[in-house]
Amino acid sequence: MASLRPRTAVAPEFGALLSEVHRVGREVIAPAADAVDDAARFPHESIAALRELQLLSAYVPEAYGGLGLSIADISKVCEALGHYCASTAMIFAMHQIQVACIVHHARGSRFFEHYLRELVDQQLLIASATTELGVGGDLRSSICAIEVDGDRFRLVKKAPVISYGEQADAILVTSRRTPDAASSDQVHVLVRRGETQLEALSAWDTLGFRGTCSSGYTLSSEGAAEQIIPTPFDAILSQTMHPVSHIVWSSLWLGIAADAVGRARAFVRGEARKNPQLPPMSSLRLGEVDIVLNGMRNNVQSAVAEYARLLEADDADAFKSFGFATRINNLKLSSSQLVVDIVGKAMLICGLHGYRNDSKFTLGRHLRDAYGAALMVNNDRILAHNATMLLALKEA
Amino acid sequence: MYAERVREIVSQHGRLSVPVAELADDSDLYQAGLTSLATVGLMLALEDGFDIEFPDNMLSRRTFGSIASLAAAVEQLAAKPVLV
Ligand SMILES: Cc1cc2nc3c(=O)[nH]c(=O)nc-3n(C[C@H](O)[C@H](O)[C@H](O)COP(=O)(O)OP(=O)(O)OC[C@H]3O[C@@H](n4cnc5c(N)ncnc54)[C@H](O)[C@@H]3O)c2cc1C
Repeated sequence: MASLRPRTAVAPEFGALLSEVHRVGREVIAPAADAVDDAARFPHESIAALRELQLLSAYVPEAYGGLGLSIADISKVCEALGHYCASTAMIFAMHQIQVACIVHHARGSRFFEHYLRELVDQQLLIASATTELGVGGDLRSSICAIEVDGDRFRLVKKAPVISYGEQADAILVTSRRTPDAASSDQVHVLVRRGETQLEALSAWDTLGFRGTCSSGYTLSSEGAAEQIIPTPFDAILSQTMHPVSHIVWSSLWLGIAADAVGRARAFVRGEARKNPQLPPMSSLRLGEVDIVLNGMRNNVQSAVAEYARLLEADDADAFKSFGFATRINNLKLSSSQLVVDIVGKAMLICGLHGYRNDSKFTLGRHLRDAYGAALMVNNDRILAHNATMLLALKEA
Repeated sequence: MYAERVREIVSQHGRLSVPVAELADDSDLYQAGLTSLATVGLMLALEDGFDIEFPDNMLSRRTFGSIASLAAAVEQLAAKPVLV
């Protein structure tokens, strides 16, 4: 049996793949982005284009037919997509988180090894249902409980936010292990379309990330007990879901920020052409925002490097250390604020041209999307976790 | 010899979902509802109660897994002078 260990080094052919992502971004994803945003509709054409590049199995090891990309590669793809359509980038990023949970934690499961091959062949899309009515964004606590009877399970969950729940082929859901388990004794189960009913709870008409179609549902599903990932959820969270989420999210927010700065740069260039003798005032602001963008990029890269090292070392305790967890939280806290700051600074540079909806320098969608970053797992909740963990940390 | 005091502190600060009296010394505290974040409050209370300090490398599931493992850790730390 092939190992489910993912590769952590950069693939040599990756540069060519990344150029393809940018091509698809320019030709397919960007042209649809405004319509997706206006109508708060799923970006069908963009996800179809990603499927064509086999990118839905980007993180599946080559032994299973996937592209076997590293976490560093996935981060770069998320950033690239963030330039063209934040909703598409978010859907791609969230799917990769779910794939990583399976790749890292379903070693030795016949069901999941087969499922990974199916995912590669059919380019299946996986959504996530962690948030629950009554617990909000507290990932380490569930109200709903899975009921296992022999080799079958039954699960009902009131999930107020499931991005692309209706378009997904499967959803990874957290729940308590048994009806009498503690709220923190959780499992992660893959429920599949065809075996799952989604009854509408709430719609998704938001300021930004409108194309993620993150409506709320009462989810009911039945299936085979082997669809439960054979690793306790707290280990899945600390080793994979927590670090991968904050890395891929921060990467796509970086893409939003970099595109905003790109627009500001194009604007300043236009101004400079009008009067080549005297650099426009706004060029100073451009220099200033570039520093902030650089800092944001460095934060992402250092978190990616640390996580890649831990994956390589494969030491379960290292992932659980408060030091690593706080650094990953710091990445999320800082990137989610920097993306708003950077888009705002780019807006100041472009002036009314950035504020208008009908200008090629428009930054309205960027700004609306940027404000979502602090809310997806509320920054105050994360900061409170860090405040607690920092009390325990003694070494630097 | 530390297990009784440890038990008391776990019951006050562990935020478990079952009464500590129902747990054996070697019962799994995580299965009883202990979370990684709740170990911080527990650690601070143990440090205060026994005048000890947990080094970072002991903040692990192995240490906090049961009343017995906590009592062993406390015993080990109490035997050493505290270095600040
Ligand atoms: C674009 C987008 C897509 C999403 N997609 C999904 C998805 O696919 N699947 C999914 O499951 N979820 C998804 N979510 C939900 C997300 O993961 C969070 O669960 C959700 O945003 C939290 O909502 P909330 O702020 O209302 O709730 P809470 O997290 O409960 O926060 C509400 C308020 O309470 C405060 N608060 C609560 N508890 C604490 C605490 N312990 N410490 C400090 N402050 C606290 C917070 O500061 C906040 O002000 C998505 C969110 C967004 C924005």
